[in-house]
Amino acid sequence: MTTTFLLIDLPMILEKFVLILVVVMASLGIAMYTTFAERKVAAILQDRRGPNRAGPFGILQPLADGMKLFFKEEIIPNFSSKALFVLGPGLAMLTAIMTSAVIPWGDKVHFFNRDISLQIADINIGILYIFGVLSLGVYGIMIGSWASNNKFSLLGGLRAASQIISYELAMGISLIALLMITGTLSLKEMVVQQQNGYWNVVLQPLGFLIFLICSFAECNRTPFDLPEAENELIGGYHTEYSSMKLGFYLFSEYINMFISSVVMSTLFFGGYDVPFFDEAAHADWGNWLALIGIAALMFKAVCFIFLFMWVRWTIPRFRYDQLMHLGWRILIPLALFNMLVTGGVILYFFNK
Amino acid sequence: MDFFFLQVQAQNSAENYFPIVIQILFAIGLLTLMIFGSDLLGPKRKTADKLQNFESGIEIKGNARQPIAIKYFLVAILFVLFDVEVIFFYPYAINFRALKWEGFLAVVLFVSSFLAGFIYIFKKGALKWEE
Repeated sequence: MTTTFLLIDLPMILEKFVLILVVVMASLGIAMYTTFAERKVAAILQDRRGPNRAGPFGILQPLADGMKLFFKEEIIPNFSSKALFVLGPGLAMLTAIMTSAVIPWGDKVHFFNRDISLQIADINIGILYIFGVLSLGVYGIMIGSWASNNKFSLLGGLRAASQIISYELAMGISLIALLMITGTLSLKEMVVQQQNGYWNVVLQPLGFLIFLICSFAECNRTPFDLPEAENELIGGYHTEYSSMKLGFYLFSEYINMFISSVVMSTLFFGGYDVPFFDEAAHADWGNWLALIGIAALMFKAVCFIFLFMWVRWTIPRFRYDQLMHLGWRILIPLALFNMLVTGGVILYFFNK
Repeated sequence: MDFFFLQVQAQNSAENYFPIVIQILFAIGLLTLMIFGSDLLGPKRKTADKLQNFESGIEIKGNARQPIAIKYFLVAILFVLFDVEVIFFYPYAINFRALKWEGFLAVVLFVSSFLAGFIYIFKKGALKWEE
């Protein structure tokens, strides 16, 4: 035990703390502006103007929305379980924040004579950690909806729980084909492999498609937003919530959307890799190279976020039996098929 | 081979997980601050009507925590069952090149038992949501 603790020095803790501060605050800020982007994109797709009163082009709108949520009255209904009612949204937000821990945001930067890795925790089970934390997200919704003691909330929570767990299966299996190619669970190593070879989307188009559909379902985004189907369930699992607790639920959805965009970019689109650009040959650019990498990752993530919104305003909601049919009868067998074909092809052609 | 083993060991030490602990503490601190902050900032004018549950304006009848459709529970149980099986694929996927065709055949066998269970639950109608 003593050796383990000797390895943790103070500068490293400081460095990690600053990185965590930046990552968490940045993901909160990006989530805030995603709400703004969603309203703007919706407006453009529907030939409207969208929010344009607060600041130039309405750029201060998310700040105004956030402040409004903070200054609203907190209502905890009489029939609810008080402690669980507060715990629910907190847990949803906590899991949303925790998923960012293993994502490689960029390569190393060099400050104060130290090489600082732009990844909070480089653990060798990276993608499994993300799955683990992601599946805890169900608890936030389920606890919140159960604690509300409202029939509509409870129905929304049940729908959310069975939807998320159903699609998690297909997501897990679709990823196994990818892991067969990479041979590692560490996200950092996957990015390095993609820098030196092809992006995984070229090798795993079907796997990517399944993963994409499942991440729409995991984020409760349209066409899978049955947990908050407003015309049948009022507000779904967050019907009873007000003030910042409602804000936590809405925010966690947008953070999850951002994080899953980043995860998809990392797994299938090369992470912080810039296409047709040899990073190793320009190692003398130092910190600028890392900055270009972060910009590339963010650009990919923004493209995915736009896709999320585009689909939301294009495709109508599924019926619940259609949703279950797609998840269990189509995606899971398809993912298994993809896994076996990938395994067979690799063994037959590339593993002499 | 020894070298790789050492690398794996080094990457899996408790030290690597330490930043996650910092992040959990930070996130819990931030969220507690936000929950209490918004509690302090908002007005407090509670009335009996306001503290009622909102069920589309209809008078509330009974408790929401009643027996619900068994389908949801079936999905949960089946998820646990199949997720455990999926977890077995992970270590295989990582070592799959080293295990060659022998390992692949074993996994095909495993997948066919997976599929047998899968087809069985469909035949039993466990995932029939239509009616």
